[in-house]
Amino acid sequence: MANTDIEARKQELLNEGYEQVYTKTKVLTDTVMHYCPGCGHGTTHRLVAEVIDEMGIQDKTVGVSPVGCSVMAYNYFDVDFQEAAHGRAPALATAIKRLNPDTFVFTYQGDGDLAAIGTAETIHACNRGENITMIFVNNGIYGMTGGQMAPTTLVGMKSATTPYGRRVDLNGYPLRITELISTLPGTYYVTRQSVQTPAAVRKAKAAIRQAFENQKLKKGLSFVEILSNCNSGWKMTPVAANKWMEDNMMPNYPVGDIKVDGKLVDNVDVSRLALDHPLTVMQ
Amino acid sequence: MAFKGQIVIDTEHCKGCGVCVPVCPMKCIELSKEVNGKGYNFTHTVNDNCIGCASCAMVCPDGVISVYKKKI
Repeated sequence: MANTDIEARKQELLNEGYEQVYTKTKVLTDTVMHYCPGCGHGTTHRLVAEVIDEMGIQDKTVGVSPVGCSVMAYNYFDVDFQEAAHGRAPALATAIKRLNPDTFVFTYQGDGDLAAIGTAETIHACNRGENITMIFVNNGIYGMTGGQMAPTTLVGMKSATTPYGRRVDLNGYPLRITELISTLPGTYYVTRQSVQTPAAVRKAKAAIRQAFENQKLKKGLSFVEILSNCNSGWKMTPVAANKWMEDNMMPNYPVGDIKVDGKLVDNVDVSRLALDHPLTVMQ
Repeated sequence: MAFKGQIVIDTEHCKGCGVCVPVCPMKCIELSKEVNGKGYNFTHTVNDNCIGCASCAMVCPDGVISVYKKKI
């Protein structure tokens, strides 16, 4: 159907007495996203845009896009955007927020950007407690460059640079950067969510909303990790990739709030997390 | 109280990932055998069971699904 036909059909339904439950938000542009079919980036973009729309802060929001799959995020959001050097989005967001304290600033980064090359910027921005929101999309692989091993790649997981699976003795352990930064006093809200089912998407949206609301409180940094699939990098169909993520990613990266209102959540003991959720080795 | 739903799919922009198919509680979405201009098997409705729950729209990465419902 052409665009005009779709609008006509929507109007027809409204005339028949239907009420609109859901439609794509106007904060996202009409540009077709370059992401692979089924990628969690698209869903995460949509959630961030919906939160900006619902809070009515479209003209006060500045986003910072990273290097990685989401490098062209500025094409898809109808808000002000700044492109950062690889991994330096938190540093750039710090400057934007300090120079314009009334704006809502968010960074949108992947695991190669935030947890690999940008580790220093990430940790120091979190430690300084900048009043920004960081959205971290973790898919356990370098998606854009062709599926190489990332710091977050699971033990035993095959990638282009670990064709026989990631080995601890050679490649080290997966980096749980979200737990790591939750121990820093500068962070106010740290959570990990996912976007593979409708229920998970609604929870992720509530978390992103909370992260943006926290900027008004000026108490510290809000960090939302979103577990995403990478069906191209993992060489699976989108539906199988979502299932694989539930089976393998989630035991290693448990979903839920880690730090709320500046306090670690009671049942999450960060120092013992490795024991509570031992790293599974894949076959 | 029951609801009757209708979904409008922007088939030209659908990438045919199929993520919406297993999440539909009423099993009214399937991937089409036809393809759109980009060669993707776009998603389409196959029956009138839709209740307007918007589960499909929630998981759609490209936001191509709009959901409408009314009381019956």
